[in-house]
Amino acid sequence: MKKESLVSINDISKEEIIDLLEKAKSFEENPNRRVLEGKVIATLFFEPSTRTRLSFETAVNRLGGRIIGFSDAATSSSSKGESLKDTIMMVSNYVDLIIMRHYLEGAARYASEVSSVPIINAGDGANQHPSQTMLDLYSIYKTQGTLENLNITMVGDLKYGRTVHSLLQAMSHFHPTFHFVAPDELKMPQEYKIFCDEHNIPYYEHREFSEEVINQADILYMTRVQRERFTDLMEYERVKNVYILHNSMLAGSKPNLRVLHPLPRVNEIAYDVDDNPKAYYFQQAKNGLFARQAIICKVLGIDVD
Amino acid sequence: MTNSKKELAVAALENGTVIDRIPSEQLFKVVSMLRLDTITDSITIGNNFGSKKIGKKGIIKVADYFFKDEEINKIALIAPQATINVIRDYKVVEKYSITLHDKLCGIIRCNNPKCISNNEPMETVFHVTRREPLEVTCHYCNRPMESHEIEIL
Ligand SMILES: [Zn+2]
Repeated sequence: MKKESLVSINDISKEEIIDLLEKAKSFEENPNRRVLEGKVIATLFFEPSTRTRLSFETAVNRLGGRIIGFSDAATSSSSKGESLKDTIMMVSNYVDLIIMRHYLEGAARYASEVSSVPIINAGDGANQHPSQTMLDLYSIYKTQGTLENLNITMVGDLKYGRTVHSLLQAMSHFHPTFHFVAPDELKMPQEYKIFCDEHNIPYYEHREFSEEVINQADILYMTRVQRERFTDLMEYERVKNVYILHNSMLAGSKPNLRVLHPLPRVNEIAYDVDDNPKAYYFQQAKNGLFARQAIICKVLGIDVD
Repeated sequence: MTNSKKELAVAALENGTVIDRIPSEQLFKVVSMLRLDTITDSITIGNNFGSKKIGKKGIIKVADYFFKDEEINKIALIAPQATINVIRDYKVVEKYSITLHDKLCGIIRCNNPKCISNNEPMETVFHVTRREPLEVTCHYCNRPMESHEIEIL
């Protein structure tokens, strides 16, 4: 069988993305299928991430697979100085698939080159986290009925937020219009604006998080504005409350608008938004399960309908 | 004066390689990068010769030595205008400009301390993502680097 790791969302085509979305939809209709019967899957979390690990392990369990692994590098052999290569070589002798998260950037790419079984990247430092992007795409697809011609408004930390960068690249297949709302220190990096230019994708930058911007959006993608990202703490104090969404700000928004957030949130979405039907971040997290079931089947070459 | 300078620049080499048209300020970087200080074959190094194309240039001649592909690739990173002349039996049998490969293996160190390539015993891999001005991108962590950030291994 062809070894097909998923390391970056940029490794897969538009057709493959659409196929994964269809499969996720099918898993949402029927999440319990024993297609992984007899298979053993490793979840190697060199860096703890309870949210992502539980989502992947639930996906495996609902598909009837078994799990080995560790949830923290302190309990793994890498704490004894074993190289990543050696750990991957050893584990790939035992299992059919490795799902890994690592604090070093590029770890999953390297693992996919030395492993004899497929690798799913569950996050490598600030680099890639393709299953997060797939669940974002699935959430957009599900709530809008399409990925085509949408107005995607991204708010908050657009400089360091890897989820917004991956989402931007993945959405580039589907003729979006982007609005970037961020303080000067956390603006969308130049390389992603060049990427938009090269793909003829219109984008607009705003410093102000105004209702005018909100009212034209189909998707409002909120991110955390973290204090430690600022070199100028005065600037942080000045902007920390500017990029917070309150329920009243949604009064004039489009009926199909949905608010997404990769979670966990700190204070960038006020609690009064939670009861608004346009708040979608909790369902978004649940969609992660179906997106991950689809990804697991894809990399193992298992057909589902 | 002019004549003797010229003579030195073209002093005959029976077999070996001449790296010509190295920008003067890059000459000693090329020398140390190729570890020519450790070579036992005879070497002639000349600098600050006039060049119509690049202003002042340096020349390196190494007897009985023929550079490997990966060494040429290293030269391409810091002196992309340089030319290579392969000499056999006092004749230039091959003359070519340097071109940088699209993929560079084991040549550059990634400047991202959190990159896997700086934390595992492994070879680095970079892709040339832009040529003018030069930009390379780490195959592993995707960090782009420009000329002035490039550290050669
Ligand atoms: Zn790197």
